[in-house]
This record gives sequence, C-alpha cells and structure tokens, in this order.
Amino acid sequence: MRNPLAYAARWVWVNLKSEVLVLPSRALVLAWVLAVLLLPLAWPDPYVLRIVTLTCLFAIFAASWDLLAGYAGQVSFGHALFFGAGAYTSALASLKLGLSPWVTVWLGVAFATAVGFVVGFLCLRLRGAYLSLATLAFPLIATGLLFAFPGFSGGELGVSGLRSVAPTRIGNYYVAAIAMLAAVFGLWKLADSKFGLVLHAIRDDEVAARASGINTPRYKLVVFAVSAAVAGMAGALFAHYIRVAGPSALEVALSFQVVIWGVFGGVATIYGPAAAVFILYPLTEWLGSFKAFGELRLLAFAVIVLAVLLFMPRGITPWVRDKIETKCPRCKQRNGAWRAQCRLCGAPLREVLASRAA
Amino acid sequence: MLQDILVTGLVNGGVYALLAIGFSLVFGVARIVNIAHTAFYMLAAYCFYTLLVTAKLNVLLAALIAIVAVTALAALCYRLVIEPVRSHDSAVLIATIALGLIFQELMLVAFGGNFLGIPSTIDGVASFFGVSIPYQRLLILVVAAAVLAATWFVLYRTRLGLAIRATANDLEVANLMGMNVNRVAMVAVALSVALAAVAGVVVAPVFVVDPLMWLAPLVTMLAIVVLGGLGSLKGSLIGALIIGYVEAITVFALPQGAFLKGAVALSIMVVVLLVRPEGLFGVAFEEER
Repeated sequence: MRNPLAYAARWVWVNLKSEVLVLPSRALVLAWVLAVLLLPLAWPDPYVLRIVTLTCLFAIFAASWDLLAGYAGQVSFGHALFFGAGAYTSALASLKLGLSPWVTVWLGVAFATAVGFVVGFLCLRLRGAYLSLATLAFPLIATGLLFAFPGFSGGELGVSGLRSVAPTRIGNYYVAAIAMLAAVFGLWKLADSKFGLVLHAIRDDEVAARASGINTPRYKLVVFAVSAAVAGMAGALFAHYIRVAGPSALEVALSFQVVIWGVFGGVATIYGPAAAVFILYPLTEWLGSFKAFGELRLLAFAVIVLAVLLFMPRGITPWVRDKIETKCPRCKQRNGAWRAQCRLCGAPLREVLASRAA
Repeated sequence: MLQDILVTGLVNGGVYALLAIGFSLVFGVARIVNIAHTAFYMLAAYCFYTLLVTAKLNVLLAALIAIVAVTALAALCYRLVIEPVRSHDSAVLIATIALGLIFQELMLVAFGGNFLGIPSTIDGVASFFGVSIPYQRLLILVVAAAVLAATWFVLYRTRLGLAIRATANDLEVANLMGMNVNRVAMVAVALSVALAAVAGVVVAPVFVVDPLMWLAPLVTMLAIVVLGGLGSLKGSLIGALIIGYVEAITVFALPQGAFLKGAVALSIMVVVLLVRPEGLFGVAFEEER
C-alpha cells in the first residue's frame, strides 16, 4: 500500500457498499445523519434551524425514554422529571455559580443521574401499571416543591436569562445535532450489547431473568440512571437553548409527549422514538404555522397519532422496516425487499414468501 | 377550619371515589389504563353546561342527557379506537392519551379556553351539628353515595356484575365459560364512564368548567387508584377518602398549601407503594406472561 489515503478511501467505500448500502434501512440512517449534519449549509433559515435544533434535543429525550421503557420495560410516565432535573440544575448552577454552560450541562447530567438512581430505587419493587402511575407522581411532586419555594426556583416563571452554549446560531445547532447523534448512537450501541440483551430479558420475564443469575435490581438501577442521565442532558441543553428553565420542563404534557413519541416510533428500537420526533415535531410546528391551524395544532397531532396507530399498532419504524426489508428464513439476517436470495447465506427469499402466501 | 376540612375532604373524596372506582373497574376487567377517563368527566361537565345554560333545559333532564350522551360516546370510542388495537398494550395507552387530548382540543375550539361557570342548581345551606354545608355540595355527596351504592348493587347482585367480576378475575377462563369478553369489556367501559360523567355533572356547578379541568383530577385519580390497589373497588373508595382528606388538610393547614396539595397527596402514594407495592387493598395480580 503506497498511498494510505487511497487505502482508507477504498476501505470506506467497500464498507459503505457492502454493509450500509445493501440495506435500505441503513442507507436511510446514513442519509438522515448526513441531512442533519449538512442542514445549516444547505438551508440556513433561522426558523428551520430553531425547529431542527429543538427536534434534536427532543430526539435525545425520546431515545432515553426508550431505553428505560422499551428495553427494560419500566414504562415511565414521569420522564419529564429527569428532563426538568437536568434543566433546573444546569440553569441554577450557571446563574448562581456563574459557571460556563459547558460545565453546568454536565452538572445537570450528574444531578439527573442521581435523581434517576433515587427514582429507580423507589420503583424497584413496582411493576407494570403501578410503576407507570407511580413515576407519573414524581415530576408533579417536584413541581409542587418548585412552586412552594419561588425564591429559589423562580416559581411559575422559572429561571431565565441563561447563556446559550455556543455564541452563534449555527454553533448551537451543531451542539444539539452532535449531542443527539452521540446520544442516539450511544444508546443504540448500548441496547445492542449484552447489557441490552439483559434488559430484554428483564422486560419479558423478570423472574426468569433472576432465576438465570441476573442481578435484576442492579440492572434496573443502572438503566434508570443511564436513561435519566441522557434525559438530563437533553433537558440541560434545552434550558440553555431556549434560555429558560421553567416548570413546563416538568409538565405532565411533556411526560405524555415522550410516551407518544416512543410508541409512535416503535418501542425497543432507540431509532424509532428518535425518528418519531423527527417526523412529529416539525410536522406539528409546520401545522401550527398555518393561521387556521394554529389553534388546532394539538388536535391535529393527536388525530395523526391515533390514525397512524390504528394502521401500525407496533409503531411507524417497524412497519416501514417490514415493508422495505425481509428477514432471511435461514440465517435471520435482514435483506432488501427486492432481493431474491439472501445476501449472506444465499437462501432463496422469494419462493418462501410465495409458498407462505399460497 | 376544622369544619372546612371535614366538608371539603368528604365532598372531594366523594368525587374522587366516583372517578377512581370507574377507572379501577376498567383496569380490572380490560387491563386498560384509560388516561382519557377524566376527559369524559370534562365532556360531561361541558355537555351539562350546554344543555343547562345554552339550551335552557330542565336540570334533571340536562343531567340525564349529558350522562347518557357521554356514556354512548365512550362506548363508541372503545369500539372504534381501542378495540382494534387491544392486543398492543402500548398502542392502547397512546390511544387513550390521544383521545384525551382530542377532547381537550375540541372543547377548546368549541368553547374557548375561558372558565365557564354554571349557576348553582339548588340554593341554601344545611347544617349538621354546627357544620354548615351548602346544599350544592351536599348534593355531590348524596349523588356520589347513591351512585356508588347502585354500582355495588350492579356488580355484586346481578348476572352482569358477576360476568364483569369473573372477567376481571380471569379473562381467559371467563371466555372459555362462554362469556363474550369483548362485550363485557365494553359494558365495563360504559359503566365506568357513566360514573365519571355523573361526577362531571355534579361538580360542574361547584367548580368551574374549562378544557384543562381533566388534568388535575386525572393525576389525583391515578394516585388514588394506585394507593388503593389497582382493580380493587374497596381500595379505590378508601383511597379516595384518604386523598380527599389529605388534600383538604394540606390546603387549609399548611402555608403555600394550594401548591403543595398535589405533592403531599402523591408523596403519600409513593410511601404506601414503598411499603406495599400492590397498594393498600391490591390483589397481587399473578404475573401475566
């Protein structure tokens, strides 16, 4: 190899061709990553950038919910607690201590992690609907405390006058976009690892998981902490982006919103909820921009979600994925829907489908 | 102050009991966490307002039509929206959240976000042992007690009630015994929403009617149901009284109490869950695999 550059280019191309472009879902993910990274160059409209920045932050939030609810089966109805914990900690630290947002965001993450640990500890013995409804209570308790001590928390108005993370609009966009890509891919990797496998086991049958020697309480605590940390990062970045940390970061509506994103996108996928945010958030903003639709925005949102769920009860990404890809009956690897033979083991794909239909 | 606490706690407890028992019933029979439950309560209040104030109907007639209409709407929603996705738990959950939001927004569009007041339907004050209760609040209490007694009668003294309880106990066996489980679930939904609608109609003259009035009771109701034990009707009743009184005591006895009432009530729920994860009277459901 005389030319390392050519070698690297060839390596990238070969991997791209044989690993990414063979599957339409992977190609879609690549296109989406490129679109997120190149958007400010192609379309530097302030309004669009603002919407996509917020979309990125909410995508982090939705992905963190999916790790907890989709993988570990701890369906949290109070995920806004972690978002709000990150937002308020970062906001108060940067205002009262005068630290840079680059530091306080991590303080927010740390505090959210601690909150996640405590909530996880309190919820260890709860399961199913009890857990969902008990977690719903925590952000409301926190809101009550914030309102009861307005001197510290700013009461209903919240903490305002925050500095933003980066000085320019495009800088802020890239902070959010890169944080989102890192968080979503990190969670995706984590969920695909042995850790994620254990979470699947805990969700499907906790007793059996424990019988197989898995320390389920420890795993549940860790997943609460990780999920809360990521949600807290979303909250802290959100607070610094809109420059206010208010009680709306703890609202029931936000907790429900993240559940809607998660289920709409398809649970236990990580990319599903993120995709759902990228579809639903800009869509609702766009609908809201019409004069006639302004008041009907939430209504349109709810009707769209309901209509889509009636046709795709497992969520939108599993539905799309099943349309564009087929699973090889022999080696269980995924293939593009147009292929007649499995790309890895050569097993015929079409005849099997035909015989199943017959 | 003591009599304020006594009266407010009892009246709110009665309203919460109506809501919580209905919610618990649907959860028990169909395993549906119906977030839209209190949205039906809000709809009933709006319906009552329209019939009474705009259409100037007789009070009793307006109340009756409101309750029947909302119940019918709930049965329709169950048929069209919930039943098609029954096998996907998370989809059912989102469907009920979406229904709640849709009703909220529809009312916002139709009536605006203003607080609407309903003139009191009966005036006057009753007094027992030196405690004075306006008739309007007494009415809430009487209606709640009567409706709860009627619900008890339906559930424990009729064939329909037997079917509902059997389905709640074991859905598959009930199905094997020849019950139409889907129809039982629909009846349970209708019964539970009828309870919520009664609550909405009786509180409308006391509280104000607005599109967001379903959120606060939703959270309290969920806390009560979890506190009492999901699916347990006795637990819901006792939980409702506990939370009703706790809220009343917090509001009247603590500084900043109005802000803290939800927090205190929910903290009590969390503490109970820490000690007894299945709630006070919860039947520990066998793990559904």
